[in-house]
Amino acid sequence: MTATDYKAGSNLEKILSAGKFAVTGECGPPKSADGSVIETKAKILKGFVDAVNITDNQTAVVRVCSMASGLQAQQNGLEAIMQMTCRDRNRLAMQADILGASVLGIKNILCLTGDHLSFGNHPQAKGVHDLDAINLIKMYKDMRDEKKFQCGEEMDVAPQLYIGCAENPFGDPFELRALRLKKKIEAGADFMQTQCIFNIPKFKEWMKEVRALGLHKEIKILAGITPLKGVGGARYMQKFVPGMDVPQEIVDRMAGIEKGPASHAEGKKLAVEMIKELAEVEGVAGVHIMAVEWEEAVPEIVETAGLLPRPAVA
Amino acid sequence: MITAERKPLDEILALVGDKKKVLVAGCDTCVAICLTGGEKEAEILAAELRIKAEQDGREVEIEHTAAIRQCEWEYLDMIADKVEQADVVLSMACGIGIQSLAEKFAPRLVMPAVNTNMLGMPQEHAVWLERCVACGECRIGLTGGICPVVRCSKSLMNGPCGGSHDGLCEVTGPEKEEIECAWALIWERLKAQGREELMFADRPPKDWSKSSSGGPRKMVREEAKPV
Repeated sequence: MTATDYKAGSNLEKILSAGKFAVTGECGPPKSADGSVIETKAKILKGFVDAVNITDNQTAVVRVCSMASGLQAQQNGLEAIMQMTCRDRNRLAMQADILGASVLGIKNILCLTGDHLSFGNHPQAKGVHDLDAINLIKMYKDMRDEKKFQCGEEMDVAPQLYIGCAENPFGDPFELRALRLKKKIEAGADFMQTQCIFNIPKFKEWMKEVRALGLHKEIKILAGITPLKGVGGARYMQKFVPGMDVPQEIVDRMAGIEKGPASHAEGKKLAVEMIKELAEVEGVAGVHIMAVEWEEAVPEIVETAGLLPRPAVA
Repeated sequence: MITAERKPLDEILALVGDKKKVLVAGCDTCVAICLTGGEKEAEILAAELRIKAEQDGREVEIEHTAAIRQCEWEYLDMIADKVEQADVVLSMACGIGIQSLAEKFAPRLVMPAVNTNMLGMPQEHAVWLERCVACGECRIGLTGGICPVVRCSKSLMNGPCGGSHDGLCEVTGPEKEEIECAWALIWERLKAQGREELMFADRPPKDWSKSSSGGPRKMVREEAKPV
């Protein structure tokens, strides 16, 4: 591909377009004006992932905004995937922010509805939900490809964006899940990251439906992985995190290991096993490693999974 | 119908302050049906206020009344005598009734004794569920007669979010009760109607200018105006 064929020309887009197996990571910005957090996390992940998601007030808890943290990550040599939720912004703010992010050199955007306010630290806030994630994808696609704002007005310089979405193969109704991905593709999504996968058989079942619809040829699918530090996290996600499907055998496997270095090692081993298994699934174009507040685990996982060195695509 | 819940007594007492002549004004339409602000509930609140005043050793004159509908001028005429004798009126009507009363008898003090909470329907005896937010652009013809604006916690327009599980929303209600996933309901309804394709219809962003985002709304029916 030549530079002009790319939608945004981000590292992530180049790697996925070249058919290389992509690895993305995740960084949560801090809950204070501490400028060192993203710098530190970026230094850990640099060279081990192709781009990093910068979460947007994840779990509806206020943090440094994803645009500022995304810029910081890029200044530290790590390409950002800026997350954008519909919960906190209306269509004006979402367009203004993407123009701003684009001007600052951010090219990857992940369009999300956002966790509900009731899970966060400001449950009394007014939820915006002017658009939903599918409306948001379409709006950004039209800005990029048609040079048009959502209202239809034209702009001089379009933002160059590689547009991502999320999908949860473990949400219900299951029969709608692949079809909902199709709707996101039709709206304009270029890549997709899944919810954390623990139930691999169910994920494979979903991928079968995705392939039956030919969707894996229309969008780059990154399978979500979360390394477990111990049985506590597994149990917590099993019971309390919306949309998570953690099979009992995973909980049992972690329960048998002493908490601490041993359980950390087992969690990383499990993540590597899962990456290897998911990489074999037809239509999986990469993995998205969400090591929540455990970025230090990522280099070892990526290396042990045989995913180093990360490819460079000119 | 419009539903409301009574405010806590302490909050009502704070609104009354040191006023000596208090009128509790019920409304015998919506808020009476939801057992919050009809004549009977106005009588009960008046009695509570009298007991409290007696306990506190305060001399307060407390009366109650009810309008058939507080939101219409002509029904307010019927309670004008009592309103005009009061230092403060505690209205138990919805926000529309309270404001009608306040406007009709301005600048007399009219205070809300209830919190208007929703446009709901009685699901069963003494249980109401929200069904409409009066968004001004009804799309339920495309969603099997189920409103995602109000029944989906995130007002999604294009299907369920990733938190939908076993027909339930990821959010729980204020009393921690389960909430049905609107999109799971919509999908089942569309299937039953043989209209599954509507699930995947293009649903552009909503026009919120037709809701309260467009400023206070006004409806004029020219053809219904007196000649």
